[in-house]
Amino acid sequence: MSPTPAGSGDGGADAAQLSAVAVSKHFGGVCAVDEVSFAVGRGEIVSVIGPNGAGKTSLLNMISGFYRPDRGSIRLEERDITRCRPSEIARLGVARTFQNIALFSGLTVLDNILLGRHVHMRAGVMASLIFWGPARNEQVRHRARAEEIIEFLKLDDVRKQPTAALPYGLRKRVELGRALALDPKLLLLDEPMGGMNQEEKEDIARFILDINAEWGTTIILIEHDMAVVMDISDRVAVLDHGRKIAEGTPKEVQHHPAVLQAYLGREAVAMEARA
Amino acid sequence: MSSPETLPLLLRRNAQSMPEHPAMREKHRGIWQTLTWSEYWTLVRGFALGLAANGFRRGDKLAVIGDNRPRLYAAQLAAQCLGGIAVPVYQDSIAAELVYVLEHAEVSVVVAEDQEQVDKILSLKDKLPRLRLIVYDNPLGLAQYEVPSLRAFDALDEEGRQFAAAHPDYVDEEIDRGSADDIALLAYTSGTTGRPKGVMLSHGNLIASGEAFAASEEIRARDEWLCYLPMAWVGDALYSTVLSLLVGFTCNCPESPRTVQRDLRELGPTALLAPPRIWENLLTSVQIRAADASPLKHKIFEIFRDLALRAELRRSAGKTAAPLMRLGLRLGEVLVYRPVRDQLGLARVRWAYTGGAPLGPDAFRFFRAFGINLKQIYGATELCGVAALQPDGEADPNTVGRMCRGIDVRISSDGEVLVRSLGTFKGYYKQADETRQTLTDDGWLRTGDAGFVDPRGHLAIIDRAKDVGKLADGSPFAPQFLENKLKFSPFINEAVAFGDGRAFVAAMIAINLETVGKWAERRGVAYTSFQDLSAHPAVRALIRDEVQKCNENLPAAARIRRFLLLNKELDADDNEITRTRKVRRRFVAEKYKAVIEALYGSADNVELVTDITFEDGRKSTIRSSVAIDTADEVQERLMEPAHA
Repeated sequence: MSPTPAGSGDGGADAAQLSAVAVSKHFGGVCAVDEVSFAVGRGEIVSVIGPNGAGKTSLLNMISGFYRPDRGSIRLEERDITRCRPSEIARLGVARTFQNIALFSGLTVLDNILLGRHVHMRAGVMASLIFWGPARNEQVRHRARAEEIIEFLKLDDVRKQPTAALPYGLRKRVELGRALALDPKLLLLDEPMGGMNQEEKEDIARFILDINAEWGTTIILIEHDMAVVMDISDRVAVLDHGRKIAEGTPKEVQHHPAVLQAYLGREAVAMEARA
Repeated sequence: MSSPETLPLLLRRNAQSMPEHPAMREKHRGIWQTLTWSEYWTLVRGFALGLAANGFRRGDKLAVIGDNRPRLYAAQLAAQCLGGIAVPVYQDSIAAELVYVLEHAEVSVVVAEDQEQVDKILSLKDKLPRLRLIVYDNPLGLAQYEVPSLRAFDALDEEGRQFAAAHPDYVDEEIDRGSADDIALLAYTSGTTGRPKGVMLSHGNLIASGEAFAASEEIRARDEWLCYLPMAWVGDALYSTVLSLLVGFTCNCPESPRTVQRDLRELGPTALLAPPRIWENLLTSVQIRAADASPLKHKIFEIFRDLALRAELRRSAGKTAAPLMRLGLRLGEVLVYRPVRDQLGLARVRWAYTGGAPLGPDAFRFFRAFGINLKQIYGATELCGVAALQPDGEADPNTVGRMCRGIDVRISSDGEVLVRSLGTFKGYYKQADETRQTLTDDGWLRTGDAGFVDPRGHLAIIDRAKDVGKLADGSPFAPQFLENKLKFSPFINEAVAFGDGRAFVAAMIAINLETVGKWAERRGVAYTSFQDLSAHPAVRALIRDEVQKCNENLPAAARIRRFLLLNKELDADDNEITRTRKVRRRFVAEKYKAVIEALYGSADNVELVTDITFEDGRKSTIRSSVAIDTADEVQERLMEPAHA
């Protein structure tokens, strides 16, 4: 049931939902991202992999507007978002989750997910206070959408629990739910399976595929578990020391010499070549 | 007053006599949604038309697989409207079990709850040539499937509307053609031995059994019932579908299996039926929460718990409580008993039943002591799930109660319980030999249970007839009784006792991962897995104490001498227990042959190699050396009289 990627192959610039052209980011003397170009087609699941410190999260931060690139440009559909603020980018339909869980721990699962809908909330303070007419209808609509997500992510048994009381794997799932509440066109997931056991990882992988199939959401994924990455991605981009060293289908990338070298070192590559 | 004689007639009657009364409720997206009897009838009728449009005829079989959902119940009734037979299947069945049942029952239509179940059925489709139509309830994730025989519930409803244009009275005419002797339900027994058998139950069987139950218990149309037990279990068919059709009370479907405990509390049902496993889990959850409470609260809980248990023992001995005790109980009601009942969702329960397998006396007394009217019920799939029950005021952990109205019991010369009633099944589907072995020529059902009728007229069950044995010295050995004693410990999840023909009793024990895990955490015992935790010396010592405690209340011969902790839980996917969680003794004895020999040998440990089967059918092996423990001799002292 894998969806047909809209922009297959290297994702031509005109079909791409998101394209980054030669973006770079420096922190002091450190070059975190170095001239990376990268395009994602509508409805694709693209993974960004690479050793620690390769610049994966920095790249995601630039797409979501948390960092401003020093050079290069990023386009979302027709629009240049290189200089946009995070809130503007969110409004354009880009949602993300974080490597370290960023939830309101005192709020319930339901409230956390409802918060994800803030960009869609229109009613003013007065109308909300009176809670009548449009404001009320709007609230009901948001709650319905939040409940749909709760059902989708199988969070129904914990919807009224404060997130602080939940186990780690579930909190990660709530964070995914909050990102979904934005009704994103593009979803950025930063290590959604970090620290999970095998069963929890399989659940999340299933959810990612279902989100993609059900709503056609484009997904950019940073993940360390290679088995999962190779299983669910349409394409994989490999970063090392801030540079993109390879890109292609999971199969192509797996046997790419530069990737083997980055991950396993020179000797392993030599061994592979002998074998 | 004589009731209509088929289930669809009852449904049609309710739709006319109480159209606005809620028939079903389903919690969907956090909100309870109500379906009145007239809406329910419309739903059933619409689906029946859809089935008819797809060529479903009298005698055809429709299987449902999934959690308790109004539409799955409606689909069964729709099939019955057309003279068809409902075949509910266990939703957690693995592929091999499923294919056997669906093939054996010659099922032509499957109604599946969701994508998970649809995937399971589609993977078996090549092996099921008779299967023509698969209908799903929840469309999530199924939109892109392109399988010609796969249809959404709503799509079938639409086909039904078109069919109705040409045949407006089709369903009513088919209902009127039905008779009490038509088979309504094919219930597959989970079977502690061999292949599942299809128990054929007619409309007459089910309605007669429902009426027999209703004659003993006061049931009201305003009652609230929680449908959370597997639909494939005959108990759910009888207590959810048949009783609700007879009396008109409301069936409530929980949001998902994960939310049952929460929904139970939210709903506050007025009656509850649960297998011993659930009562044991509820008891464990109370014990865990008491242990986690502050020392003061814990102390208060213990004092009033002990008081209530003492009072309950006096009550069951026919004595009334002393004035001071009554005062204490009244205080305890406010401080402990009512809050506990409320937390469990049992605050409004007028009666509660345990059935399907015996519940240990200690657990039984605990709930009664806390003011829950828990009683035993006894039945078998072949009897539509009801034969005997305990009327109010006669609850007793050692019997299963009086026979219901119109149901007779007899004890055969070799001690087996025989039952005869209007609810006695019509035979096993396509298994005439097995039917002859189970049903005597004059209509008595051999239950396979060893038991007796006590002077009060209560039926008492000792054990499965084939399981009751003798130790080498001739003293009786009833494994289930010992296992229930062990399982009263919150730390023990499953136990299998051995002893027939042996010198002493030995047991294999599976720990309760949740409670033992918590216990270990509190003590800073680190562990990685079930296997690891089971092998930990501190855990072994803990369980040894629990076995010791259990032994203190047993006669000398019945005490558990040697035992070991299993490196995995007993699992229905591995065939070790049935889907209703009864130990499949013969299979376990065969599988763990080497282990059992070691228990009766002199070695201190044994190499335990176990195969485990994953939900998708993959197999794997775990291998570990397991230590065998020996329980200390019990200091002889005054003991409670033995129960068995």
